[in-house]
Amino acid sequence: MNSAELVVTSSPHVRSEDSVPKIMWSVVIALLPAFFASVYFFSARAISIVLAGIAGAVISEYIFQKVRGKKITITDGSAVVTGLLLALTLPPTIPLWATFLGGVVAIVIGKQVFGGIGHNPFNPALIGRAFMVAAYPVLMTDWAVDGVSTATPLALMKSDGIATDTWRLFVGQIGGSLGETSALALLLGFSFLLYKGYVNWRIPLSMISTVFLMTFIFGQNPVFHIFAGGLMIGALYMATDMVSSPTTKLGRYIFGIGAGVIVVVIRLWGGYSEGVLFAILLMNAAVPLINRYTRPRSLGEVK
Amino acid sequence: MTEKAKSLFQIFKNGLWKENPVMVLVIGMCPTLAVTNTGANGFAMGIATAFVLISSEIVISIIKNLIPSNVRIPSFILIIATFVTFTDYFVRAFFPTIAESLSIFIPLIVVNCLILGRQEAFASKNPTHKAIADAVGMSVGFTWVLTLLGIIREFFGMGSIFGLQLLGEWYRPMVIMLLPGGAFLTLGLMVGIYKHLSREG
Repeated sequence: MNSAELVVTSSPHVRSEDSVPKIMWSVVIALLPAFFASVYFFSARAISIVLAGIAGAVISEYIFQKVRGKKITITDGSAVVTGLLLALTLPPTIPLWATFLGGVVAIVIGKQVFGGIGHNPFNPALIGRAFMVAAYPVLMTDWAVDGVSTATPLALMKSDGIATDTWRLFVGQIGGSLGETSALALLLGFSFLLYKGYVNWRIPLSMISTVFLMTFIFGQNPVFHIFAGGLMIGALYMATDMVSSPTTKLGRYIFGIGAGVIVVVIRLWGGYSEGVLFAILLMNAAVPLINRYTRPRSLGEVK
Repeated sequence: MTEKAKSLFQIFKNGLWKENPVMVLVIGMCPTLAVTNTGANGFAMGIATAFVLISSEIVISIIKNLIPSNVRIPSFILIIATFVTFTDYFVRAFFPTIAESLSIFIPLIVVNCLILGRQEAFASKNPTHKAIADAVGMSVGFTWVLTLLGIIREFFGMGSIFGLQLLGEWYRPMVIMLLPGGAFLTLGLMVGIYKHLSREG
């Protein structure tokens, strides 16, 4: 479209050293603590799952772009982030071929069919996960810690009313998906992104505080609800996806609050024990509308 | 004479590819998405729809001048409903298993917009022989898409084609392909590939 020498855009112009590869590789670095936590809690199998997810995403991106005769962009790190994020949301017992397939679906159906990076209305990793939840419901709900099958804290809470120790929840020594269990590791990586200025804090803040407030109002343990399940990884790394989240400040608050409300509604009254996946996907669908209605007034415009 | 036969063939060919009811006109989506979980179901639905479409286009093209234009839609529906009732009883009497798997979707052929759409757009304006060519073309076009859609979904959802188990124990079926979500995904990708192929032609 644009040549490297002459890029035509409309004003205002901001000079920035940031680029897609720079940001994407920073996200990969930010996810490393969560990755190490998953290896620590779920054994070395976590490594092969993550590799399978990344391989599925990167290889399918390469093949798709090759077939369509487009520029190959696998080195910009976006496919790696998608594969890594997807793998971190999968249960530790997931077969490698299913992980690979999830990576392929995430890239092909979640991203490339819409025109590649920057054009996807939904978070690709979540599309991959949503596909896997619908395609292999049995595989996707097989949780194990230290080789022992166990339910996730949210499922325990929902079916038996058993609460899990908050410290174990925070550190991540619980049943759940690879990277979602350790809130500590996720927050550590997120603070790196915040420091770099690559991430927006409005969405995670409003999403997590909405969940906190709503669960408190409905008589649940709010601390339990913000550390359990996929809320941390979803709010910090997936809802903040630059492409599929709103561009205005007000819009980001609306996005976060909306996603938080849907999470609580699904957790407390829905059929699934966890609702972060569908909360973010549903709010992704509302992003064009949010952007449209929260567009700031331009300078001098009279209403 | 050859000129005439050629134009009839053109009308017939129209429904197969260029104005395919599912891929291009995107009508008749309800049965397309709902009953194509296996190849056999897709094919049966296509045939049932084909019978209704061909019969009603013939009748309507014959009596089109007798129908007052103010009440043409109710009249079309009445004629279509007659043939749907035939089909419903026939399938239930001779193919009870197919009737069971297609269930409500056979009576619902009455409101399939493919059928009403062709009456309004074609049969009510053209002589009978052209209407037959159009109906057959549209029917074949509808049937091949439904059958292909059913084959793809059955293959991934159950590892079989037309009930014949192709993939062994090692294959873990994708449940989503048998659910409505799989129908949307498959049809979307099919239309995408179709558009790609048509563009190059």
